[in-house]
Amino acid sequence: MNFRCRRVFLSIIIFLITSLVVGTVAFSSEPENKNHSENPAEKKAFNAGEFMFDHIKDAYEWHILSWKGHHVSIPLPVIVYSKTSGLNIFISSKFHHGHESYKSFKIEKEGKYKGKVVEEMEGGAVVRPFDISITKNITSLFIGVAIMLWLFLGIAKTYRKNPNKAPKGVQAFLEPLILFVRDDIAKPAIGEDKYEKYLPYLLTVFFFIWINNMLGLIPIFPGGANLTGNIAITLVLALLTFIITTVSGTKDYWVHIINMPGVPLLLKFPIPLLPFIEIMGVFLKPFVLMIRLFANITAGHLIILGFISLIFIFGNMSPIGGYGISILSIGFSIFMMFIELLVAFIQAYVFTLLSAMYFGMALEKAHH
Amino acid sequence: MLTLSIILQAVANAAIAKTGAGIGAGLAAIGAGIGIGRIGGSSVEAIARQPEAINDIRSNMILTASLVEGAAFFAMIICLLILFI
Repeated sequence: MNFRCRRVFLSIIIFLITSLVVGTVAFSSEPENKNHSENPAEKKAFNAGEFMFDHIKDAYEWHILSWKGHHVSIPLPVIVYSKTSGLNIFISSKFHHGHESYKSFKIEKEGKYKGKVVEEMEGGAVVRPFDISITKNITSLFIGVAIMLWLFLGIAKTYRKNPNKAPKGVQAFLEPLILFVRDDIAKPAIGEDKYEKYLPYLLTVFFFIWINNMLGLIPIFPGGANLTGNIAITLVLALLTFIITTVSGTKDYWVHIINMPGVPLLLKFPIPLLPFIEIMGVFLKPFVLMIRLFANITAGHLIILGFISLIFIFGNMSPIGGYGISILSIGFSIFMMFIELLVAFIQAYVFTLLSAMYFGMALEKAHH
Repeated sequence: MLTLSIILQAVANAAIAKTGAGIGAGLAAIGAGIGIGRIGGSSVEAIARQPEAINDIRSNMILTASLVEGAAFFAMIICLLILFI
């Protein structure tokens, strides 16, 4: 799309985000002590573990900041399907930050379903309804997808209209990265003649993981949701790699797993030791992909949150201690942020490279 | 010996579990440190032997380091699960 068209598109996106923030923030900030039983003058002690895990986990509202007891957050839609009352769609501000219940739903405070919407049935039992709410992570997913669509649909149109023009602007930024994925990841791992079919998936996964990692590092809206540190997201990515590997496996690939040639018969019959290990490997490789991405991103966020919590822990003991430790904490946090920027790229690269290598191994012809 | 085992049974399980988780996370860090240290050492040596291959060596080093770190993170996640779930 040409420059003016892209400027209009970008200004529409910025307008939508701003209006979303302003419109819902204006109606969602309220005094903390409206429905609470706690004394408004009493300050809750700083719980570092709770602080750190609240910033890692998903939520039904996007919390922006808290000022002197006022919570400023963007409420998000809750979409639940309960067996008794059918489909319920409502905005999560009805929960008033988790302190009230709406119809028969409430946000559970303790126990197995802590932080999630549960339904109170007759007789006091709590069950978890079928929950497809647009939570903070899902909203961040949509934002990441919007960024990707904006970037790539734009340059695709430029490539189509003027295929031989020298690149400029966004195209000049993205072209080396796309060529990097093609020439350094796809071609060496899959092979010169077969890589083209897998390149769209590899490019999508690479930029999806990188952009969402980077969004997770930005501390304020529209960034700051720990999307790639959510094991469900990485599970789906690893599952896609697993499905593509399995579907594109040639006969040689399966023969090598079940009945590896060149191996003594005693390892395959009567107890199929080697086939068992190989089949475990088929499932273990995508599983490790999932765990690696999840653990790297979550650990990075936890470390930075830990350093920030140190300031509050020391600050509760003495104000001078808080100021003193904050110099050290901020220094370490900046250092960790640099490492996290590198980790964002490296994890995307490693996920894509390993997926490409698994595709290459599945497509390998027998070489004996 | 008998009294030790009785005392061990009487001590609250949660405390020993948390100790175990702490030790496990420390061991995971040691494992990652040793592994990545060896990778770094061999790659720097390889660069010294053949400086023109520095780009290939650097990308291989980063790739292998992230794989080794994956294993260490797996242990770390188990320890986190013990501590907080």
